[in-house]
Amino acid sequence: MKIVKIIVLVLLVAFVGVQFIPTVRNQSESTPKTDFMLVNTVPKNINEKLQVSCYDCHSNNTAYPWYNKVQPVAWLLENHINNGKEELNFNEWADYSDRRKKSKLKSIISQIRDDEMPLTSYTLIHKDAKFSENEKQELMDWLSGLRDSL
Amino acid sequence: MQKLKTSIAAMLLLVVSVANAQEKEKMNHDHGDMKMDHSKMKMDKMQDTKAEAVLADYFMLKDALVGDDSKKSAQMGTKLVAALKAFGMSSYTKEQQEELADIIEDATEHAEHIAKSELEHQREHFKTLSKDITDMVAITGTKNTLYQQFCPMYDKGSTWLSTSNEVKNPYYGSKMIKCGKVQKEITN
Repeated sequence: MKIVKIIVLVLLVAFVGVQFIPTVRNQSESTPKTDFMLVNTVPKNINEKLQVSCYDCHSNNTAYPWYNKVQPVAWLLENHINNGKEELNFNEWADYSDRRKKSKLKSIISQIRDDEMPLTSYTLIHKDAKFSENEKQELMDWLSGLRDSL
Repeated sequence: MQKLKTSIAAMLLLVVSVANAQEKEKMNHDHGDMKMDHSKMKMDKMQDTKAEAVLADYFMLKDALVGDDSKKSAQMGTKLVAALKAFGMSSYTKEQQEELADIIEDATEHAEHIAKSELEHQREHFKTLSKDITDMVAITGTKNTLYQQFCPMYDKGSTWLSTSNEVKNPYYGSKMIKCGKVQKEITN
């Protein structure tokens, strides 16, 4: 029993310890003028779907549930968000050249088509982020239209 | 045991409060800063060599895709990323430089994805990459005669470049190796 007690205590101390290591929160008060929704005419349903399912990792503003502020989950998340924004940041849409926009749209469409985005690890917790087959089609059609207009 | 439980509860409370206290998040720091490599180069001849190096890797990648070889395609993707990085553009006009920087940034991203994807995804990225490389050649020119080839079946029609006028389809490989035709001859 004693050894179990010691192990539990050591783990707990470590767990508490890592909480003091700071992480950078991805949060921003204002939406930049270059945001995807501001420079494109986006229908309401598409707008909502993209905000709910994509913006947490592909914009400068993440809606954090409380458990995502606890380590080591917070690290994992920070990493995901940094990678996500590097690939695509909806807040900086207008800064991409037309060539880049077309490329990004193509990738967005194929990721949605192949169910690669949103990530399963994300939709497990964010049930509302999951796309139904209908929603997928709607999104792909609209995004393809946008791509062809560029 | 009771004591242990109490201390666990206390620690958990502490953890949550520490996590919340850390709300002092830094404001956004990301500015999409993908800096291009502006290595200054003097000799005009060098520029062409750099473009030729990009083309050489592109053709190796194309051949790997023709051969349905995903692993080799990935390796060629990595090589192409390096060749694109080494591309210098000081001998071009300002306008051309802007266009080239744009092309190279886009091509680099596709090459990076090719370096880490499986075959079907590599082919998807190869399509856009081919467009980028074609636009690049339109600016830089090349010492060889190139053939722009076209496959009407893949993704509503897709093009690629080849040094030979014989069609070997990189989008389908052995499945439909002969699908396509020469659309344009590029000479400089």
